[in-house]
Formats: sequence, structure tokens, C-alpha cells
Amino acid sequence: MITKVRNHISQNEPLLFERSSPGKKAYQLPELDVPGVDAGEALGAENVRPEIEGFPEVSEVEAIRHYTRLSTWNYAIDYGMYPLGSCTMKYNPRINELVARIEGLAWAHPYQPEALAQGSMEVMARLEAALAEITGMDALTLQPAAGAHGELTGILLIRALLEKRGNPRKKILIPDSAHGTNPASAAIAGYAVENVKSTETGLLDVSALERIVDEDVAALMVTNPNTLGVFEENIIPVAEILHAKGALLYMDGANMNALVGIARPGDFGVDVLHLNLHKTFSTPHGGGGPGAGPVAVKKVLEPFLPIPRLKRSGKKLTFDYKRKDSIGRVRAFYGNFGVLVRALAYILAHGGPGLRNATVDAVLNAVYIRKQLEPYFDLPYGSPNMHEVVFSDERQAKNGVRTGDIAKRLIDYGFHPYTVSFPLIVHGALMIEPTETEGKRELDQFIEAMISIAKEAESDPQLVKTAPHNARTSRVDEVGAARKPVVRWKP
Amino acid sequence: MRYLPKSDSERRAMMDACGIDSPEALFAHLPEAARMKRPLDLAPGISEYEIVDYFRQRAERNANGYASFLGAGAYNHFRPVLVDTVVSRGEFLTSYTPYQAEISQGILTTIFEFQTMMCQLTGMDVANASMYDGSTAMAEAVLMAVRATGKGRALVARSVHPEYREVLRTYARYQGMPVEEFGYVPEAGTIDLEDLDRKLDGLTAAVVVQSPNFFGVVDQVKTAAEIAHRRGALLVVVFTEAVSLGVLEPPAEADIVAGELQSFAISPSYGGPYAGIIAARERHMRQMPGRLVGQTTDSRGNRAFCLTLSTREQHIRREKATSNICTNQALIALMASVFMTVYGKQGLRELAEQNLAKAHYLAGKLKPRFCGRFFNEFAVRVEGRTPDEVNKALLKKKIIGGLPLWRFYPELADCILLCATEMSGRAAMDSVAEALA
Repeated sequence: MITKVRNHISQNEPLLFERSSPGKKAYQLPELDVPGVDAGEALGAENVRPEIEGFPEVSEVEAIRHYTRLSTWNYAIDYGMYPLGSCTMKYNPRINELVARIEGLAWAHPYQPEALAQGSMEVMARLEAALAEITGMDALTLQPAAGAHGELTGILLIRALLEKRGNPRKKILIPDSAHGTNPASAAIAGYAVENVKSTETGLLDVSALERIVDEDVAALMVTNPNTLGVFEENIIPVAEILHAKGALLYMDGANMNALVGIARPGDFGVDVLHLNLHKTFSTPHGGGGPGAGPVAVKKVLEPFLPIPRLKRSGKKLTFDYKRKDSIGRVRAFYGNFGVLVRALAYILAHGGPGLRNATVDAVLNAVYIRKQLEPYFDLPYGSPNMHEVVFSDERQAKNGVRTGDIAKRLIDYGFHPYTVSFPLIVHGALMIEPTETEGKRELDQFIEAMISIAKEAESDPQLVKTAPHNARTSRVDEVGAARKPVVRWKP
Repeated sequence: MRYLPKSDSERRAMMDACGIDSPEALFAHLPEAARMKRPLDLAPGISEYEIVDYFRQRAERNANGYASFLGAGAYNHFRPVLVDTVVSRGEFLTSYTPYQAEISQGILTTIFEFQTMMCQLTGMDVANASMYDGSTAMAEAVLMAVRATGKGRALVARSVHPEYREVLRTYARYQGMPVEEFGYVPEAGTIDLEDLDRKLDGLTAAVVVQSPNFFGVVDQVKTAAEIAHRRGALLVVVFTEAVSLGVLEPPAEADIVAGELQSFAISPSYGGPYAGIIAARERHMRQMPGRLVGQTTDSRGNRAFCLTLSTREQHIRREKATSNICTNQALIALMASVFMTVYGKQGLRELAEQNLAKAHYLAGKLKPRFCGRFFNEFAVRVEGRTPDEVNKALLKKKIIGGLPLWRFYPELADCILLCATEMSGRAAMDSVAEALA
């Protein structure tokens, strides 16, 4: 039975360009307090454009209705559980939005004198210190704009260190369960990628690694807990194997939500890792970004961190640009500062004990879901899971119902789908991450919905295969979109 | 803790259902040596009141109540109220990347509109759903040109934002991609066409030019395109001041445009988050990095949108992807969309003309260093004192002066870069002129 939702009226809305009509305005500029300038004279007539063809012309009321109506066509955490595995869709505290908009922070120009930017720099220094404590690492850069950007930065750091030692080496090892960004980042940093098969229990294969780690291997990129939500029990021996051959251990921190306050990458052999502040540290995903991907390193990699580096000089904070071994900049200015503010606000709100409690609840929620759904869905890997759990669609597939269909049917029950068909080592994966910010009632409704769909897959597979039925938009033709791409509006 | 919704009795009930008697049991399978042996050394959690207080105090330690004439890649423009009204809606703020199209039509539609407005502004055929910022957009545009041409060298104007050039060097360094620079004409501040022509060879994938360039000067996009195309290179045009596109000819001769949209209602926020953009000619669409939204239909025949051409992307192609980018700047791009909607066709023009008027008023009282035509930024030579001394004097009047150029251009050590926008008041501009006189 569908208990979480029932239909309500949803407003139609044309595209902005279809709504436009000549002469409408949603703005008023102040009177100029200086003489006007003729654009042609100032810029040269040949440099002045005619009107921007097709650009919108709407009134203020139409503008706000346009975006408000569109917004209601989205699902959101504020509506309910968002069980996307690996994405850590937790509640986004609103206090974070407020503090990021405090004028002295929001209007700080990146080039204003350091003496007039000490507040921003203090925020960065405090966040660096907190993240170093949480990860057990020695130093951090806050510059990378997102997780994949952090990965690239981390691999460049490894490359710079190995080059300094005389040989950058040739390849990066990546488990077959890894996020797609891992191999893509390694490739941009100029490395060949060698995929490493997981064991039958879905973990790193220690004996295989012993065989393949040689002087050509620069690093192993590992996600821990891995994308099955399972802690790599051999992580310490794996680090030792790499280190013995002069290679490094990179950790994708996407799943750090399972570890905060419980275990620290710096204590289990990791040399470099990135964090996704938009996952573990609650900054909003905003429909795809912005994020922030700080990179934490052990001492040996510190000289190579991007410039500028924040440093203390007496009572003042300052930026150090003169670092001869630095990999250089990975973006302009200092990073997604507004995201950093939000993450620090989150850390301050929880505090040390609260962060650990959040981890406990995140893992409890995932273990609870596993326990309740295990009788209905195939669990391909039986190892104890942490913050997420991965089922397969093996049982439902017998009736032709695949993971993507179950996901779409969840929409009818009022939930956002879980992550579909990932990790790649699970055929027909259903990857579920509830996060700690779901209460028991929401979890129970989700579990009921999943069980109900499992039953529908037996009794009425067609119903599931053609879902969603109750959504404003029915199943979208993605194949058609790619076949003949229409990526902009034309009159 | 206020972000954890479970009561103790709910927790107990759940633990009972899981067959465990303490939370510790959840972590019993972790190797002992990997476990943390002590609590985190972080203070206990604090209230909303204390959090606001902490950040207010930090903000106090920044500049407050100053007029600013800094530009150089981050600009002071008014942010229409509708912008935060829209992006604060939970449906936008707290939604994920729209992989599940059926319940993400809101953000997908706004991205499709964003891509369209980016094309209209830049004169390109296709635009992506956003990049991290202008600097990484430029680096990715060069990598895109490398893929599109099969060549491996980049030639970048020295009048491109210095930090953007640094980012490109970082991206290029380990790919073995040579990045060389060509100069600017010392009098005009525009690109040195002879130097470009001399350094351009048949192995060059991309010529990179910024307009208005770092000195605020409107640069020679058309001629640069002719020169680049003659040798089979693509022209990448960069912009950092998007408001200029309200009045300036779009860089339609470019093959790829890489830009920064911070000017479109994105607060300076000490350098980020901003939103970058890559737009290009249609023939390069399959080499584009980042997400693209396309139009399609749902099974009932209604118009619908979805992420498309994802075979370019890392989650499908892994190490063969066009880029490693995953998370982008969607919410920030939405800010830019609302900004473009509020100002619209007439407003963006009027706004650009106000910027032009303000900057030319200020410049009229000073002697710009370059004779090239400029939009809302220009360099000025400081006489008799150092740029830092002038800025210090201005700070006493609660004015943050321009950017001293010694940091990036030793040959312009006596110059500062001033920017005036619609936010620059006449009185503050008069004070700046007086200090520099």
C-alpha cells in the first residue's frame, strides 16, 4: 500500500522563452549618478552587439512563479528520504545557509588585503584543523571544488612526490568496485589505469595485490568502506604492501560518513584522501553542486600541496605562494569558500561527540534496512555492512523486473530511488544509503514500500516495469534524447 | 543532537530488530588496529545562536563597510532578491543531480534554459550544465581542443587571468602538454598578433584569448580566430566578466568559449563557489566535458528533459571519459539563470551600459595605462608612490583600491587594476581619483 504520498495538483509551466513577451521587465536600475556613455563610442561600434536574440523578457511575478512551479517538479531531501547509495543525501541544516550569507563573509573579495580577510582565513584554518583531526592526517588543502577535483589533486600530489624521488611510475591500481571518477582522475594525471578484481567477498584481494604491486605502481585508489558499504578489513596489510614497494595509498573519502569518530584513514595507512563536504559534512547538493573536495595528506606530501598555503605568521594568518615543490594551483582563488563555511557550521553544531553519534546512527539505519529487506532481496555479498547496503535484483529479474524498474516504482511510493546499477561488481545493483538523518518512521515506510514492490514484481511485474504511474512525468525516453540531441531551445 | 531525528526508544527498537545490544556492535568487525582509541578532539556541539555568533565575529574580522574597486575575476554586482528566494527553495537546494528524470524535471528544465541562455549570450551552439569555475573551465576547454584536433600544444595570451593560466599549467604539466604564452601590445593592452603568429605552429591545438582581458581591454577575437584557424588550431575565448556580454559582441568566431558567471548574482564569497561554463560549436559537442541536459518526451508524450550524451562522462566511460568532472555547480548556475531572467534582454544591456558609464567616469579622471577600449576595468599607472601606498591611503577612507599588478606582471609594477560597476558610487570614485591624482 502506498502510505507516504497522494497526488495533488501540479502546475504546468512553459519554458522561460515561451513565456516571454517583448517589453516585459523584472528589474529596475537606479538612476545613473554619472554621465551616460555611448556604447559605440566607448567600445567601438564594431564591438557592440545587437540585442541578445531570444533572451527572456518576463515580469517579476512571472519570474517567481516560473521558478516556483518548476521547483515543485523536483524531489528533495526536504520532502523525504533520499536513499542514494554513495551520495550521502543527509539533511542540509538551514543555519549553514544563513551564516554563509553574513555580509562580511559573502561579500569578501578574494583579493582584498589579507589584513581585511582574517575572518575568512580563520574559518579556513579552523576547518583545516577539524578535518585533520577527523581524518588523522597531517595537512590539508581546501582548494579543490568537488570530489573528482580532489582526486585529481591527490593523484597529482602523488605524482609530484614520486617524480621528486626520481620516477613518477606508470600506473594506478583501481578496484573494480570503484567510482568512475577514480579512473578518470588518474587518466588526467597522466597515469595508466589497471583494474583490480575484488575477492568473492567483495573486498581487496591481498594476495593479488602482493603479486601485482611493483615499481611501476604509483598508488592504489581505494574507497573505504568500499562501495558495498563494507570496511576493507585488510586495509593495513594492503598499505604495507604498497609502502614496501614505494607506492602510495589513496583513499576516496566519499564514504567517510561511516567512519567519522570511529576510525581515521591516517591511522590505517592512508597517505592521501579527499573528502566530499557535500556528502559527509552536510552541504547541500543543490541539484548537482556546488561541492568541495578538500584533500588531506601525510607529512611527506605536504610540500607538494597547491599554492597558496594558509600559514600562521605571528598572530596573523597569511597565504604562502612561494613553495617550490607545489603542484601549482588547481583552481583560481582559494576554493569554494561558501561551502567551507557551511561545513564548518555543521562540525560546530555536532561537535566531536555529535559527529560520532551521527556515524553510529548512519550505520544503524543501513544495518536495519538490510535486516528488514534481506528476506525479499538478494544480498550478493554477506560481509557486515556499514553506512550503506547493496542488494541485487536477481530474484525480481526472474520476472523481468530489473533494478531500474524497482527504482522507478519507488517514485510512486513517494521516495527517491536508490542508486541503480552501481557498483559494477554487483549485477543489477540496488545501492541503498539512508544516512543518519532519517527517523524510524521514514525508514519503516521505505522498507514497506520496498517489500510491497518485491511482491508486485511477483504478482504484477508489468506494473513495476512501466512505473512511475503517479508522477507528473512518466518514464522518460533517455535513448531518444541521446539519439538526436536537442540541448537548447530554439524558436 | 538536533540533526538526529531518532529518540532513544526508537534506537533501542531498531537495535533489537538488528539483534544487537549496543551501538559498539555495529563496528565490531573493524580491525582493532584501525579503530580510533580516543574521542575526537573537537569541542562539544553548540547552539544555533552560538554558531551565528561565531561566524558574525569572523565576519567582523573581514572588511566591512568598505567601497571596493577590486575586480580581476570577481566583481561586485547587485544580487536581485529573487535569486536567493529561488535557490533557497528546498526543492532546488536539497535535491541531487537529476539522474532520475521523472522526479527531477524542475532542475532539468532550469538547466535546459540555462544552456539556452548561455548559447544566446556567447553565440555558441551548445553549452554545458556548468563547470567548477572559469579557471577550470578554461583548462578543460584546452583539453577539449586537444581531443578535437589531435594536436597537443596550447598557446595562451599573457593577458588571460594569471591564476587561470596557473591552473592550466597544473592540468597540462603531467600530460606532457606544452603550454606557451604570447604577449600583449604594451601601448594598447591587446594581444600581440605578431607574437601570436610567430609562436603558432601546426602542432598547436588551442589558442587562448580572454576578452575583456585581464586588463579590462576588449580584445581582438576575430583576428585571433583567423590566425588560429589558418594553422588548424581552435580558438578558446575566455571571459571573467559576464556582464560585458550584455553589450559586447559575442565571441562567435571562437570554437570554444570558457567563462566565469560570478558576475551573475553570485556573491564574491572570498573566491567561491562560482560557476564556470563551456560553450562550443555543435561539431565539438561530443568532446565536451560535464553534464548536458537534452529534450525528449515521457511515455505519455509530454515534453521532458533528461541528462544526455552521458557516454562522454566518467560514470560510464571511466578512464576514457572526456573529463573526470561529476559534481558541478548546479545551484550556482541556477543563481545565474534567475539573474538572467530578472534582468532579461533589456536589463542586461542597461546594466552593462551602467558599468560602462561608471568605469569611463572614473577613467576620465585618471590616465589609463592602456589605450585599448575597455569595459568596466582598466589599469592605471601610479606616479610618485607605490600602488600599495596609494591603497593604504584609500583604506583610511574606507575604500579598497584596485589590484596592484606587481603580483602578476613585474613590468606593470607601478600599475593598479581598477574596476567600477553599477555598485560604485560617484563620491567613492571621486576619492579614488583624488588619491591617484
